[in-house]
Amino acid sequence: MTILEVNDLTVTFRGGVKAVRGVSYQVGRGEVLGIVGESGSGKSVTSLAVMGLLPAGAQVTGSVKLHGHELLGMREQEILKRRGKSISMIFQDPLSAFTPVYTIGDQIAEAVRVHQKVSKEQAARQAVELLELVGIPHPEVRAKAFPHEFSGGMRQRAMIAMAIANDPDVLICDEPTTALDVTIQAQVLEVLKTAQKETGAGIVMITHDLGVVAGLADRVLVMYAGKPVEQGTVEEIYYEPRMPYTMGLLASIPRLDQENQRLVPIEGAPPSPAALPPGCPFAPRCPLKVDACDDAEPELVQVGERGVACIRSHEIDVKRLRGVDVFPAPEPVAEPPRDARRRETVLELDNLVRHYPLMKGAVFKRRVGTVHAVDGISFDIARGETLALVGESGCGKTTTLQQIMQLEAAQGGRVVVFGKDSGELTKRERKELRRDLQIVFQDPMAALDPRMPVGDILAEPLRAHGHKDVQGRVAELLELVGLDPSYAERYPQHFSGGQRQRIGIARALALEPKLIVLDEPVSALDVSIQAGVINLLEDLKARLGLSYLFVAHDLSVVRHLADRVAVMYLGKIVEIGTVAEVYGTPAHPYTRALMSAIPLPDPELERSRRRIILEGDLPSPAQPPSGCRFHTRCPKRALLPEPERARCVAEEPPVVRLAHADDHGAACHYPEVRNS
Amino acid sequence: MGTYLLRRLLSSVILVAIAASLAYLLAASSLNPRANYTGRQPPIPVGVVDSTLSEYNLNDKTPLLERYGTWVSGVVQGDFGKTWDGGSVNQQMGQRVGVSLRLLLIGTLLGSTLGVAVGAFAAIRQYRISDRAIGVASFVVMAVPVFVLATLLTIGATGLNGAVGHTLIEYTGEYNPALSGVDQLLNRLNHLILPTISLCLGQIAFYSRIQRNMMLDVLGQDFVRTAQAKGLSRRTALVKHALRTALIPSATYFAFAFGTMLTGATFTEKIFGWHGMGEWLVESIQHNDTNAVAAVALFAAVCVLVAGVLSDLLVAALDPRVRVS
Repeated sequence: MTILEVNDLTVTFRGGVKAVRGVSYQVGRGEVLGIVGESGSGKSVTSLAVMGLLPAGAQVTGSVKLHGHELLGMREQEILKRRGKSISMIFQDPLSAFTPVYTIGDQIAEAVRVHQKVSKEQAARQAVELLELVGIPHPEVRAKAFPHEFSGGMRQRAMIAMAIANDPDVLICDEPTTALDVTIQAQVLEVLKTAQKETGAGIVMITHDLGVVAGLADRVLVMYAGKPVEQGTVEEIYYEPRMPYTMGLLASIPRLDQENQRLVPIEGAPPSPAALPPGCPFAPRCPLKVDACDDAEPELVQVGERGVACIRSHEIDVKRLRGVDVFPAPEPVAEPPRDARRRETVLELDNLVRHYPLMKGAVFKRRVGTVHAVDGISFDIARGETLALVGESGCGKTTTLQQIMQLEAAQGGRVVVFGKDSGELTKRERKELRRDLQIVFQDPMAALDPRMPVGDILAEPLRAHGHKDVQGRVAELLELVGLDPSYAERYPQHFSGGQRQRIGIARALALEPKLIVLDEPVSALDVSIQAGVINLLEDLKARLGLSYLFVAHDLSVVRHLADRVAVMYLGKIVEIGTVAEVYGTPAHPYTRALMSAIPLPDPELERSRRRIILEGDLPSPAQPPSGCRFHTRCPKRALLPEPERARCVAEEPPVVRLAHADDHGAACHYPEVRNS
Repeated sequence: MGTYLLRRLLSSVILVAIAASLAYLLAASSLNPRANYTGRQPPIPVGVVDSTLSEYNLNDKTPLLERYGTWVSGVVQGDFGKTWDGGSVNQQMGQRVGVSLRLLLIGTLLGSTLGVAVGAFAAIRQYRISDRAIGVASFVVMAVPVFVLATLLTIGATGLNGAVGHTLIEYTGEYNPALSGVDQLLNRLNHLILPTISLCLGQIAFYSRIQRNMMLDVLGQDFVRTAQAKGLSRRTALVKHALRTALIPSATYFAFAFGTMLTGATFTEKIFGWHGMGEWLVESIQHNDTNAVAAVALFAAVCVLVAGVLSDLLVAALDPRVRVS
């Protein structure tokens, strides 16, 4: 039974920018429709148009029918009766989606009272029940908390509770887990499934994460440049994509379940909705492009449930083409062989400690506690090697980076860069050392000065270190990262996210460093762009003999880029070793949980595998648990007999090298042993 | 909360002491009360002038710090000293504080409430004609000094009264002492109209600009959209969720606004013939009346600091995020 039916929906913003250009879909009871697309593809605007929540000035045409009633052009009073009752929405960022000045309980109760004639007390009771349903511990107490007192995952649960307060028939989820860590994402997705079971609602799941869709959706709609380009069941889309964009998208995702292989990038960037190319909007990036593609934009040709908008889809079908066949993966640059026995160390961390005091009081400050941001970590990086530091937000990755980049004496332990202890440097030596140690930041938008042309941005480090022939070097750098040297005169806003990140990399390379610190370099990029930047980083490393310290939360990206990996939890390293060993036989329960939480872009695998879902949130680093810091959430400890369990609480496990392993250690009293 | 307030009170007392001392020292070293007694016909003997001035603690022949010490020991006991002609500063202040506070309180309340309302309205109507009109009007009001505004209002009132043929709007003094009972109350209210308007307009203009900005910041945020997604009407979402949140930063401006208002009140009182603290300040500077000037400065310091504490309390009441136990 179709509940929500959208037909030929278009949205035009002021100035004639067409953000959505003809979207049609149906959602039935209990059905999950995944809408997939990169940023700017119009997927969020579509859902806001369905909800009638677009800002004034946006023109919406087409048809949106809820239970057969047309919503577009309906009287405001009538819409208000349905919004939040028959159709409700879950937003992306749960921090800004709650009003900061009211308690969570009050906000949920408000949603109840808008549509149901119940007393205040009754609504408050219902709010507590809803919070319990979405798995919030001590719901009576937590209902009285304010949004800022909730963690990100908890807020998203509360958001779901609010959305299902009136037992909706359709639930629109706009990137519900994008802002969350993977283990929390796994929890929230479980809650969403529970919520669907409770309400029987149809779900429209909007996301850019093909893994999330693979596990959840029945049908998938792929959007590009404001238009649906492919539509079908989840199996059809994942196993037999017929539109080159979908094929490229699927091929470009780094996968956790695959050995290190070359990623397939899609060249170029999605077109701006204000300046669409003639004909097929994907044609400029499409390797299968023929002249006819520029003639007219192909319509979504529907055969039954399945729809494809490509003039060559029949050919793709007949030839059984796959993404890896169509999109050429650039050949990797040959890496000079490294002698594993003679490791020349470029960076060494020895028991690094960084604690922050927790202060209280406005006039007379006093110390009330200590935030154990980094609590004694050790690792080293050899020349030509990539070490990845992974972990969820709050585990101390960024603090570690800052400590290294500061080149100052550490609070505890030592940071040794190129054989020099950073605590014993003179001012002059420190400046010299900065040449060899450079950083690439996460957000390419914020990392480049918007008022400086790219040439000046790249010239700045060169001039600071008294480089001659600045112009020539700038051109060389741009070429090195795959950009045209003539781009030096443009400003950052003229570049896409991926190009901006390339400029950031070029700036880091300017002084010919030996070690580059990469702080989440691809997490802000769309998947199709991400692959190209990862490949570039790999090539540069091989060509220039660089070493990387790579900080990331995405374990699948790490698998592709890193040689060794260190997993952090609450300021400690819990597991460290070569990528092959850590991914092949993860020994620490936390690493196992982290890996199992990452959704795979493969419907069958994703639905059949057993996943470990961690309970609760990351404990506060101001009060880390005793003994093993992971013991409060450890799924393995729950299965241990009592005397062994006590050891986890009492004794802190050091990182111990595992038996039968060359380079693999874990900080666990009862590590998972390799079956060999 | 109690300890916080206590600590806040303590630091405020220290600040008031510093402000008042500086004001006294400045007044005592630059004003010349002796000028009131010299050049008279018949001339007053120097010895008499000296002893009179010494009696009032105004003698410039006494070292400055000694005069300051005498003044402080008096103030600590609640005695603000003597005016140049031997009157009691305390008595004058008692008469005038009430008059000023009445103007200031009404001005603050009306100014901030109306200003917030106007600002929020302008934000919702961003770039429409009403928003632009409010914007232009606010800047004009802020650019016009209070004394010009007050004089314009007086002229307007005279014109109106002349046109109507009797005194519709009063524009001098506080009340008509000839009336009594309800009539006097109404008469007092009538006398309040023009001074209040001249004080409020600046406040409204100031608050409306701030509130408009704060409101615009909040309007684009997700929680307003969430509120509408729940099924609340746009109006309810704007008032209950957007405006309520946007009030917080405006509350911090409360202390600043009060400062500008005090300055404004000086002119307003003088022009409309209200015998308040502001008018007194102008008069006592003209009369080289050190102790009176110091007393007014102390009053102003107390007012500003009370406004500061109130603004902190207001923020704490509005924002759960700063209300940490």
